[in-house]
Amino acid sequence: MFQGIDFDLEPGELMEVHGPNGSGKTTLLRCIAGLFKEESGHVDVAGEERPLYLGHKPGLSLLLTPLENLRWYLALQGREPRREDCLSALRRVGLNGSHLVPCRSLSAGQQRRAALARLVASSAPLWLLDEPFAALDESGREIVLSIAQAHCHGGGAVVCATHEDLGLADARRLELAA
Amino acid sequence: MIALAQAGRDLRIAFRSRGEAAHPLAFFALAATLFGLGLGSDLETLGLVAVVAIWVIALLSCMLAAESLFRRDFEDGTLEQMLLHGRPVFLAVLGKLAAHWCVSGLPLVLFAPLVGFMLQAPAQALPVLTLSLLIGTPTLTMVGAVAAALTAGLGRGGLLVALIALPLYVPVLVFGAGASVVAASGLSALPQLLWLLAMLAAAVTFAPFAVGFALRLSQEY
Repeated sequence: MFQGIDFDLEPGELMEVHGPNGSGKTTLLRCIAGLFKEESGHVDVAGEERPLYLGHKPGLSLLLTPLENLRWYLALQGREPRREDCLSALRRVGLNGSHLVPCRSLSAGQQRRAALARLVASSAPLWLLDEPFAALDESGREIVLSIAQAHCHGGGAVVCATHEDLGLADARRLELAA
Repeated sequence: MIALAQAGRDLRIAFRSRGEAAHPLAFFALAATLFGLGLGSDLETLGLVAVVAIWVIALLSCMLAAESLFRRDFEDGTLEQMLLHGRPVFLAVLGKLAAHWCVSGLPLVLFAPLVGFMLQAPAQALPVLTLSLLIGTPTLTMVGAVAAALTAGLGRGGLLVALIALPLYVPVLVFGAGASVVAASGLSALPQLLWLLAMLAAAVTFAPFAVGFALRLSQEY
C-alpha cells in the first residue's frame, strides 16, 4: 500500500497525515494501533498503554447511551468508570442532556461527539484520529482541536488523518502519495 | 472485572433488543412443537425420540444464535475497541461468551424439562436431559463462537459457520443425547456426563483464546 515511511513522534507532537483517497491513511493508523499487521517494517509504541484509536466506525453500541458506552470503554481498560468523570467528559464534548438517550436516536454529529468523549476520558499517551471531523459542525471541530492541543501540551502525541487543513502552525505533516 | 464489564454491557444490549434475543428460544419451542405434531399420537415412539430431538434442536438453536454473535459489534466498531483495549482480550471474550450463553443457551436449559414433558419424554430422563444441556450448551456456545469469530469479517457467514462448527458439535451431541437416552432406559448416565464436563473444560480453556485470535484476523481487511 505504501512504503518508505519512517518517522519518530515525540511527546507533545501532533502530526497530520494527508493524502488522497486510497493512499493508505487509515491503514497507517491501523498499523500503529496494532489492528493491522504490517507486511514489512515495524511500529514501536513506547509505554504500556495501548494507543487510543478513533476510526471510521464510531465504536459505540447504538442500543446503549453515550454514558453506558463510555463506562464500558473505561471498564474494558481496567479503569474505574466513575459516573462523574464520564458525565464531565460528555459535557466537554457538548452532549449535556443526551447522555440518557440511546445512541441510535442521536444525530450523526452527536454520535461522533459521543465517540469523541473517549478522547477526554482516555489516559492513553498516543491518539490516532482518523477523519475526526467527519459529521461535525464548526463548534465540534473547535472542541476536537482544543482537546487534541491540550493533550499535546500535556505531553501526549496525536496522529491525525484528515483532508482538511487544521491550521495549526506547529503541527508536523506527512504526505502519502496515491 | 473486565469480563464482568463486557458481560454486563452485552446483557444490557440483549435486554434492549429483547425480540431478537428471544429468537433461539422461539426456534427451540417452535421446532419442538412441530416435531411433536409431526410424529403424531404414537406416544411410545414419541417418548423415545423426544430426548434426542430436543438435543438436536438445542444444538441447531445454539448454532443459529452463534452466527450473529459478533456481527453487530463488528459493524459498529465496538469489536475493534474491545480488541484494542480489552486487557487481556480473552477475559473480555469470556465475558462476552458468558453473556451470550445466558441469553441463548440458558433459556433452552430452563425450558427443556417443559418441552420434554410436552413431547412425552420418559420422566426419569428429564433430569439428565436438563443436566446434559446445562453442561453441553456452553460448549456449543464456545465452539460456535470460534466459528463465528473466524467469519466475523465476511459479512454474512451463515453457512460457513455451520460448516466449521458442525463437525465439532458432533461429539457434544453424541454424549449429550447419549446421556439422555441411557437415562431414559434407567441406567446411569454418569460416564457421558463426565465426558461432557471434560469437553466443557477444554472449551472454556481454549475457546476464548481462539476467539480472540480469530477476531484479530477479522480486523485485517
